[in-house]
Amino acid sequence: MSAVTVENDDHHDHGPAKGFMRWIVTTNHKDIGTMYLVFALAMFFVGGVMALIIRSELFEPGMQFVEPQFFNSMTTMHALVMIFGAVMPAFVGFANWQIPMMIGAPDMALPRMNNMSFWMLVAGILLLFSTLFVEGGAPAAGWTMYPPLVLQTGNALPFAIFSIHLLGISSIMGAINIIATIFNMRAPAMSLMKMPLFVWTWIITAFLLIAIMPVFAGAVTMLLTDRFFDTSFFDAAGGGDPVLYQHLFWFFGHPEVYVLILPTFGIASTIIPVFARKPLFGYASMVYATAAIAFLSFIVWAHHMFLVGMPLVGELYFMYATMIIAVPTAVKVFNWTATMWKGAMTFETPMLFSVAFVILFTIGGFTGLMMSLAPVDFQYHDTYFIVAHFHYVLVPASIFMIMAGCYFWLPKWTGNMYDERLGKLHFWLSVISVNILFFPQHFLGLAGMPRRIPDYAVQFADWNMISSIGAFVYGFSQLLFVYIVYKTIRGIDCEKATDEVWEGASEHGLEWRLPSPVPYHTFETPPDEIPTEHF
Amino acid sequence: MRKTKQLLTVIGLMTIGIGVAQADYTMNLMQGATKLSHEVYEMHMIALWICVAVGVVVFGVMFYSIYYHRKSMGHKAEQFHENTTIEIIWTIIPTIILVIMAIPATKAMIAIDDTSDTEMTIKVTGWQWKWEYEYLEEGIHFFSSLDEESNKARHVGSGIDPQSVPHYLLNVDNPVVIPINTKIRFLFTAADVIHSWWVPDLGWKKDTVPGFINENWTMVDEPGTYRGQCAELCGQDHAFMPIVLIAMEKVDYAEWVKEQKALVIANANAANREWSVDELITKGAGVYANNCASCHMGDGKGMQGVFPALSGSPVVTGDIETQIELIMNGKGMMPAFAQMLSPVDFASVVTFIRNDLSNTVGDSIQPSIIQEKQSAITVDEDDV
Repeated sequence: MSAVTVENDDHHDHGPAKGFMRWIVTTNHKDIGTMYLVFALAMFFVGGVMALIIRSELFEPGMQFVEPQFFNSMTTMHALVMIFGAVMPAFVGFANWQIPMMIGAPDMALPRMNNMSFWMLVAGILLLFSTLFVEGGAPAAGWTMYPPLVLQTGNALPFAIFSIHLLGISSIMGAINIIATIFNMRAPAMSLMKMPLFVWTWIITAFLLIAIMPVFAGAVTMLLTDRFFDTSFFDAAGGGDPVLYQHLFWFFGHPEVYVLILPTFGIASTIIPVFARKPLFGYASMVYATAAIAFLSFIVWAHHMFLVGMPLVGELYFMYATMIIAVPTAVKVFNWTATMWKGAMTFETPMLFSVAFVILFTIGGFTGLMMSLAPVDFQYHDTYFIVAHFHYVLVPASIFMIMAGCYFWLPKWTGNMYDERLGKLHFWLSVISVNILFFPQHFLGLAGMPRRIPDYAVQFADWNMISSIGAFVYGFSQLLFVYIVYKTIRGIDCEKATDEVWEGASEHGLEWRLPSPVPYHTFETPPDEIPTEHF
Repeated sequence: MRKTKQLLTVIGLMTIGIGVAQADYTMNLMQGATKLSHEVYEMHMIALWICVAVGVVVFGVMFYSIYYHRKSMGHKAEQFHENTTIEIIWTIIPTIILVIMAIPATKAMIAIDDTSDTEMTIKVTGWQWKWEYEYLEEGIHFFSSLDEESNKARHVGSGIDPQSVPHYLLNVDNPVVIPINTKIRFLFTAADVIHSWWVPDLGWKKDTVPGFINENWTMVDEPGTYRGQCAELCGQDHAFMPIVLIAMEKVDYAEWVKEQKALVIANANAANREWSVDELITKGAGVYANNCASCHMGDGKGMQGVFPALSGSPVVTGDIETQIELIMNGKGMMPAFAQMLSPVDFASVVTFIRNDLSNTVGDSIQPSIIQEKQSAITVDEDDV
């Protein structure tokens, strides 16, 4: 993605700085977007290697490769890296590239802060990785970091906590930037209810981030003081309560999982209409449904805690509130289906990923609905059923739509069409292997296999083996994605993309009215006219 | 050969599809052994079938559209983008389905919460990494940890095939025993970190939280052995603290209670007699393997930076009283073993550590002395 913009700035008096320093000091939203995406891709592979270590150990019963403590470090780090290093940065990368172009703005509102939030992310993740090498090993208490267990962490604990502080500050700055951009820099004709859905989902996500990140930072700081400054927030012997941490964590954690899915909804709502050659069905209800889901995410946190011993009325409340989320979520799925209905569909790679997303996300939603029933959750809780559930909404939903977004916008960014044949191959390999990987985990959980265990009873052997095979096929087929992206950026054997890229796309979004590849600076003067497909 | 066979089975399964999977490839929730667990199972199945039905309709419409509304089929796109009636309908239908699901769920929640009129109480305490059971009425008290065979097989490079171990990782040394057709209350707490006590056949699991007491109840209909394990990540040996619950006819249970009470007396007698150093070392090796080896390692070398070595440790080679003190009260991650080990086990493991694992201190301690120290601690606690 790097070299393409240089030859296109002949209309401008200044382009990107030359050489390596361009990437260190850049304040250009496209450069920063590229860096976020490349970083996310790298972390996707680091987190993926950790996942493959986990799946290797679980390939058959008995301990073969790693010690249990290291296994626990891997499950913990895999989650932290994938969430904070891969999925969230990928979304911020898309936001950086797309939001200014979608709303007709020249750049993000706060470009220097933009640069700072990226480099703080890198610092935070590097600090997190450093814990792998300290005495006592990396954090191994799960990404939820429940005390008292997490307080048994070795020297890694303060590093991990400071790393979370950095990642949190980075996320908050990114969110502030996105909100400032969307509220202040829209083209005059771009009223809020004319914004593309991707912009809508991101602004809601940004508000979620600003609300929750400080709570998380506070909770982990309390861990820090409990460990080093003799406080007893979470220690019953000192008058504290270990469950208090869980309330604080999930007040952050539940909205956080929506942070990982809402921009996905936005990408799907952008891609599906283009390939159905129809306007998005129910634009307004999509916006309201997203806002409703975001609101509900703040009032359902304790459904992660049905076992901790809450009073009956508390559990009933959290059960009902959780069930309600099914309604706006169902509305979104129906809207996507209705968008496809009576369209004139073609199935290029981004559309293939989007269709797979709608189906597989819905399966993740179904298991989510089942888990909302508290008495049945007493069985599901802390088993592989849960693991299957959240991986269905994170991998074939979030990750698939990140991939879809790359295929969808890369031709616009680079001016080169990706290799459609390879793209489809990547899709089919991914969609088949991801189901081999995660579907059997439903059976494992129902049959009684707890999560976060490095070794298991022999009756779980077969499905674990199948799952591990799926994991390796899925993991290695992602290398194909890297190859396709590299080929597209470099323009090796690629057709040139037209300005519109996709047939009729300029009716769907402002970015498709720009030349391909997009110039280094765009919309220095706001566009007079915007696509009005929604009305 | 076996591995190749298993791999082939697995690939076979994948190619023919899961529909023909044999019964021993468990795929669904178990119905369980109580009225409540059956209700939970029914609710799970209802929710599952509702999801399947909704999925068939939604995905059916989608695939119909994918097939017929393609550009390559010459379909022209229509440009509609809203329809208030249908949007209201597809908001109301899911709401109605949810209400239908919520009613039995609420009833089940109320039933699960009702711990009134229980006939006996068992207090369960989670430890890293074993369970402690106390029968409050009978005064029976014991610890339950992973059985020896699984424990030997579970280490990296053990050379033991898990398939050859009966109930690998789901077997314990001392199972918890209950009578059938009796409403039993369980109290849950933990000594160190949060654990979760789960026997799937009972239809629920419950967190054990240090400093707090949770409760739940069960009434098992059929005699049998029901297996489960810890469900909340509790450290390195989280996978290795199973639960075995044996439900017996009431008469058999009464017999078991008698035996347990006799055992208490036998243990007291064993603690009172004089033990030879060799006897203690032999016994201590087993106690060490079950209680100490997972951290301090089988050879006593520990794990650098995490678990201190016992071979040549100043505490071990120094004054015996200091070592006993430390094992009794614990330190940092190390649990307090004062109540966890019987006087005989305690004395023998101390003697073993001082005279094995490359240590040659030469002294020993008698169980009777340990017993005195333990009862002193109990008295202290009672004073508080």
